[in-house]
Amino acid sequence: MKLYAKPAHELHEMLLKKEISSTELTKDVLVRMDETEDKVRAYITETRETALQAAAAADEKLSRGEKIAYFEGIPGAIKDNICTKGVKTTCASKMLENFVPPYDATVVEHLAAERPVILGKLNMDEFAMGGSTENSAFHETRNPWNTDCVPGGSSGGSAAAVAAGSAIWALGSDTGGSIRQPASFCGVVGMKPTYGRVSRYGLVAFASSLDQIGPVTRDVTDAAHLLQVIAGHDEYDSTSSASEVPDFPGALREDVKGLKIGVPKEFFVKGMDAEVEEAVRGAVKKFEELGADVQEISLPHTEYAISVYYLIAPAEAATNLERYDGVSYGARVDGADVVEMMTKTRSEKFGEEVKRRILIGNYALSAGYYDAYYLKALKVRRLIKEDYDKAFQTVDVIVAPTAPTPAYKIGEMTNDPLKMYLQDVYTVPLNLAGLPGISLPCGYSGAKMPIGLQIIGKPLDEATVLRAAYTYEQSQTFCREMADLGVKA
Amino acid sequence: MAKVTEKDLDMVALLSRLEIPETDKARSLEQLDAFLQYVDNLSAIPTDDVEPLAHVLPIHNVFREDVVRPSLDRDLALSNAPLKEDGYFKVPKILED
Repeated sequence: MKLYAKPAHELHEMLLKKEISSTELTKDVLVRMDETEDKVRAYITETRETALQAAAAADEKLSRGEKIAYFEGIPGAIKDNICTKGVKTTCASKMLENFVPPYDATVVEHLAAERPVILGKLNMDEFAMGGSTENSAFHETRNPWNTDCVPGGSSGGSAAAVAAGSAIWALGSDTGGSIRQPASFCGVVGMKPTYGRVSRYGLVAFASSLDQIGPVTRDVTDAAHLLQVIAGHDEYDSTSSASEVPDFPGALREDVKGLKIGVPKEFFVKGMDAEVEEAVRGAVKKFEELGADVQEISLPHTEYAISVYYLIAPAEAATNLERYDGVSYGARVDGADVVEMMTKTRSEKFGEEVKRRILIGNYALSAGYYDAYYLKALKVRRLIKEDYDKAFQTVDVIVAPTAPTPAYKIGEMTNDPLKMYLQDVYTVPLNLAGLPGISLPCGYSGAKMPIGLQIIGKPLDEATVLRAAYTYEQSQTFCREMADLGVKA
Repeated sequence: MAKVTEKDLDMVALLSRLEIPETDKARSLEQLDAFLQYVDNLSAIPTDDVEPLAHVLPIHNVFREDVVRPSLDRDLALSNAPLKEDGYFKVPKILED
């Protein structure tokens, strides 16, 4: 019946109508996991036993005729940098290989109230640093559309699991594109909410002024529902927004008539992948046909976003990762004295990319370089934000590519960190400016690799982003396609 | 723009409590240098009158009432410690006798 291929909203209806049971659904997804995991490797930790218990509990409620929550009994999984009480949370790092959080992240508490089926914890680039999931200390994850290709990152496990059918939904985190870019590469929907919309409490910190948790789902409807579950003010996160959370599923209307859509000219420059440009321009044309008012806009500081991001994010990371000192939690490598113990622990247990970013961050923050690098980056960050503030005076949303290319081959970028950083050109500005953005499929390359469309909104206006995304999604059919992975359906 | 020297690299490694093996130093220097050359594009932008932006939200200090509330149980808080003793984290000796 291919239950694993359906979105949560359809499965929820089927559960309500008693066409399926949660146990049947969960087993179907677990079988799919068995069939695909040796090829995709999206998971770090599987929690099959508790998953089946949760499914049985949902079925019991249904058999008693009780109401169930939207995600109740529906299997999904969580990126391994989000703390789950009693379940290992490794951040794909040797440093946290055996770390078992003594508490749940706020988003996990919100999820628990829905009583979903949790299948496990998903692979990622170590400490969320990377765009290909090749930086996981444990194993690579592969793109379900072509297992020679990367799934994107850092939430590569989240996107690959949803694309492969080994999870119906997933949570990811996005510091510079880490939800949107893997969603683009894997042909699924991924949303970064406005900074402050979702609590960061219990998210292992990478760059605290940029990090946000968000949904990775099969379609826009599920993204709206999952965002509804995780959004809201949290007194345990001092940067959490006190703004009221609107009704996100209520925003899913097929209507973009008169919606003002901006297309930034700086995002379509010489050298961009021709197939990506064609697919995104096609989506823009579709919006016009659907009655939107499309206009060209300018975001003049776009070309500086990579520099700003790769100074600020490593500076914050260098500071955040100071806590891994072999004392209170995480790994320890013995040394003759405290400094040697700390140095050995960090040198042996952090991976190459994490160390590279700590060095960059501490360099940018150190005496003599602070003004030229870190402070300069903060100033240009304001100019980037002001570009968007200005653009949003005339448009309601901005439409752009998510990534400059479709998924590339495993190993293609690993020897050139700077080249890999340049891949983030369309995604990092949103984190710097704190804006919400979604990536959804808008086509395929000639090699049948998914291409993502990014829709960017005003701060706290996820509702309009979701409406535009939903309207576009409903206007075509290829969003519903799934990677077949050459295993029996 | 000045080139990064090995001395700079050693200084930042020390600050980071990271050891860079001698055999990796040339490559680390090269990568750091390439990175700094790239981000040097920022130096062309006039920013004398621009306020730095550390944080996008219009939030300043967030306070709550200073009252005792339940917090993580001590054993639980110590449950991930690599070494512990009598309810404390244990580290190599810091002070001389």
